[in-house]
Amino acid sequence: DQVLHIVPETIQQVQHLQLLCSTLMLDLWKPLLPEDIRAGEDLHIRVPAPLVQEMKDTLDQHMISYRYILIPDVQKLVDQNMPRERSSHRQVSGDYVYTEYHSMEEIYQWMTQIQENNSELVTQHFLGKTFENRTMYYLQISQPSNKTKKIIWMDCGIHAREWISPAFCQWFVKEIVQNYKTDPKISRFLQNLDIYVLPVLNIDGYIYSWEEDRLWRKNRSPYENGTCYGTDLNRNFNSSWGSVGVSFNCSSIIFCGSGPESEPETKAVAQFIRSKTSDIVCYLTFHSYGQLLLTPYGSTTEPPSNNEELLQVAKEAAAALTGKYGTSYKVGSTASILYSNSGSSRDWAHMIGIPFSYTFELRDTGTYGFVLPADQIQPTCEETM
Amino acid sequence: SPAMELPPSHFPAARAAAVAVGYLRYLRGGPGRGLELRELRRARRQDIDDVGHKYYLELELEDVLDKDRRVSCTAEVLYHLGSTSCAPEVQVTVQGELRSTEEADQEFYNRIRSLEKELVAENIPDSHGNVPPELEPLHLLAWVASGYVIWQNSTENTKFHLAQVKHVKQVKRNDEDLQFDYVLLLHEMVSQEVLPWQVTVLWHPQHGARVSQ
Repeated sequence: DQVLHIVPETIQQVQHLQLLCSTLMLDLWKPLLPEDIRAGEDLHIRVPAPLVQEMKDTLDQHMISYRYILIPDVQKLVDQNMPRERSSHRQVSGDYVYTEYHSMEEIYQWMTQIQENNSELVTQHFLGKTFENRTMYYLQISQPSNKTKKIIWMDCGIHAREWISPAFCQWFVKEIVQNYKTDPKISRFLQNLDIYVLPVLNIDGYIYSWEEDRLWRKNRSPYENGTCYGTDLNRNFNSSWGSVGVSFNCSSIIFCGSGPESEPETKAVAQFIRSKTSDIVCYLTFHSYGQLLLTPYGSTTEPPSNNEELLQVAKEAAAALTGKYGTSYKVGSTASILYSNSGSSRDWAHMIGIPFSYTFELRDTGTYGFVLPADQIQPTCEETM
Repeated sequence: SPAMELPPSHFPAARAAAVAVGYLRYLRGGPGRGLELRELRRARRQDIDDVGHKYYLELELEDVLDKDRRVSCTAEVLYHLGSTSCAPEVQVTVQGELRSTEEADQEFYNRIRSLEKELVAENIPDSHGNVPPELEPLHLLAWVASGYVIWQNSTENTKFHLAQVKHVKQVKRNDEDLQFDYVLLLHEMVSQEVLPWQVTVLWHPQHGARVSQ
């Protein structure tokens, strides 16, 4: 793979590059969207290895000059960036075991595989970089169609120790790709909606919970001259940031960062969602534990404008969930059910106009808490579907 | 003032229920019995002038080793005014009988007494939630210990759960008690902190558990 640096000079060049982006399915690193390509502005585009020659030929043909950006061999860089731990014995080509917890290395491999095996439905996209410079990818589940579809956004793993959450996102994608052709509910769903899944939002923290501290929660950005680590990403969004249920002290586990969206992970998600706000109808974020389906807000007991509708949908969802294995979920606003907090992603999503915003706190209610046994992955995920 | 009805799903009632469960685990738990909250059925609160806030709870519990049986109980939890200094007062009444653990207790006692080397273990459950079967009694004894700590240290602004047993070490004694020194990790839901707690548990099949922080 190569990453090219191009500065288009004319409108025609811009248009040609936009065409190339969509027809060759290139990976735009900067700007994030083809429609933001401008004459005179930097363009960074990753070209998969098999397309490099074709790309160069067409650029030459159109007199578009390009440079290799710093990284002539992207694969090597990607390999180097992968967490260097004991290598997984699991075969990527073999069947992925969804009833076990997976390391980040395995999840990266899984994302590549699931896209390769289901490329007509699933595509992997760059979202941003973490503090420790790891790449954040989301999976787009989208059935080709000529109409623009509304979007459901789901993210997992904003808190490192909540392992059942990324396990659910992986399970969810698997269920969709395995059943979309045969399950009429799913196929009808996908006719009208695209689903964007971010399997692990807090990648650095997740890796840290595997390697150093199973009960870590925050990200891994350093403060106070590297004497103190981590911002609680779910206190870092621009929703009444810093007002309640937070600490301004880095050593606290609910440290809200140096300002709203101070953290690269938060910024990557927020920027992307902002760019698509008018198309996103539903924002879901998955946490554990508690068995709760939480509605806005955490920062105030003032109900949101569409509170009745939010609660009704949530109650129906909770009832369906309970119907599967009898697991009971409580429904209500964070401020009434749990505690007060500010800067949460769910509150922010609702405040910028996404009507249906929910936080799921998955199993259990404290018996195992964060260290939920792997044999509960399947029932947890099945009921949550 | 009279007692007002509280929604059981809201946090004030849920926090009081966690205290009641902690107390009950301390009182009635053991290596052969672990009690878990299934449902908080009803909650009321009474504000008592110059005393504090008293919660009246109706709970449904289950014994993890006897899951088919429902255990109902009522509890009263009184948080004293300025309650950061003293433990809430708790009273609990269990309806009906709990499954007997006499045999399991004696078997555990004999097994530990016959060990040549003092037992040591860590990370219960492990990162993936596993508890080896031979460590399950120590896991449940940790519930007794954490139940005591939770009861003693709770306020209306906290909700504790046992997150993990970091470390447990048996200490052989000359008398008849078994002694286990635990390092427990308690998760406090409101602050989200995970707090380590050193606790010593003395246990005997007929004398039950005694916990010191």
